[in-house]
Amino acid sequence: MEIKICGPGCASCEKTHKIVEAAVAAKGVEATISKVTDFQEIAQLGIFSTPAVVIDGNVKSVGNIPKQAEVEGWLGM
Amino acid sequence: METLKSCAGDGDGLPVSSVAGKKKITVQQLGFGLLVLAVWYIVYKQLLPFSHFFSYTLLGLDRGSHLGEAIQFFVYDSPKVMMLLTLIVFIVGMIRSFFTQERTRKFLAGKRETGGNVMAALLGIVTPFCSCSAVPLFLGFVQAGVPLGVTFSFLIAAPMVNEIAVVLLYGLLGWKVAAIYLTTGLLIAMVAGWFIGRLKLEHLIEDWVQELRAGEAVVIEEDLGWSDRIDHGKEAVRDIVGKVWIYVLAGIGVGALIHGYVPEAFMASVMGKDAWWSVPVAVVVGIPMYSNAAGIVPVVEALLGKGAALGTVLAFMMSVIALSLPEMVILRKVLKPGLIAVFIAVVGCGILFTGFLFNLII
Repeated sequence: MEIKICGPGCASCEKTHKIVEAAVAAKGVEATISKVTDFQEIAQLGIFSTPAVVIDGNVKSVGNIPKQAEVEGWLGM
Repeated sequence: METLKSCAGDGDGLPVSSVAGKKKITVQQLGFGLLVLAVWYIVYKQLLPFSHFFSYTLLGLDRGSHLGEAIQFFVYDSPKVMMLLTLIVFIVGMIRSFFTQERTRKFLAGKRETGGNVMAALLGIVTPFCSCSAVPLFLGFVQAGVPLGVTFSFLIAAPMVNEIAVVLLYGLLGWKVAAIYLTTGLLIAMVAGWFIGRLKLEHLIEDWVQELRAGEAVVIEEDLGWSDRIDHGKEAVRDIVGKVWIYVLAGIGVGALIHGYVPEAFMASVMGKDAWWSVPVAVVVGIPMYSNAAGIVPVVEALLGKGAALGTVLAFMMSVIALSLPEMVILRKVLKPGLIAVFIAVVGCGILFTGFLFNLII
């Protein structure tokens, strides 16, 4: 699974990053988490408010910090 | 125009909102809320008598003494401002759950200039915004086809006119100053945005941004019940009050010292009405300074209390909040230098005008 956290690196983005990491750990899924900080790259994904979470190319959340339970739901299983 | 993509390709086909679910408010919750509000009000009313009791009776300090005045000011103002801030941030947090950036964008995309400038400035008050969200937001506006001038009205109003600034001004300086700040802040955002729109500077947006116009925006709408909105309010309080309380206390601390120790009219010669040059100086000094509203208002209060003129102080405050160097650096990624210069010049002139106007009429 490939998870991207989109955001310029503000506090909310860091929080989202931690939540996603925790969810991945809790679910025990194989996933690579990467950060996308470049505005151009983020915008080209169709994302215009941050933080956003993209899992395997699907945008899961835009403009808010998701709850860990939500992220676990996206991870499936 | 925006297309609404439901989470296509979602393996299990569940919409995002179903995870959280739409929660309704219960009678118990409503009753609890009213009780909290009543307790809030009763405690709030006791703050002034308590501060007098604490400083003059309990500590036995003399009324009118430097230390007594400073301590009474601090013991009264810090809980007062914190309580006001908590309440308003909670309410605005709830209101904000109605005005997501996606909805704001969609709404403004259909607007023409002038009317659009007015709406954009007003939406700037209630739409969630922080300086690091300025660029994605700008991109989203361009992508949705919001006119450039309307976008600027929003970008000016969003950081400058916010609930924290208004609450603090009201709490520390009274409703008149808060109302003046709110009104002039909105007017500057509307007029400056309108003016920038007239200049037809679309070519000064970076080229890669222009190309976004053809693209699509991903929108995930949340289905919220009142209970969810209350959660949003609580989160806003935890987030914002948790972040700004230290600035508020530090600011009030500085205010208390000035209140107790700095002689009256100390600032009058440098920041008084007669010193016309102090308005432009205040604006220029304010640009490289960056502080949120929470940090600057108590300082403003102290300056005003010591004879600085209202116009000069307002100009300083607006310049610090609305024209910040970090935001310019970030905006440089999407705007060419010429447009940033125009932005600073137009907003700076608006602030100058406000400063001179209030020094003249008050």
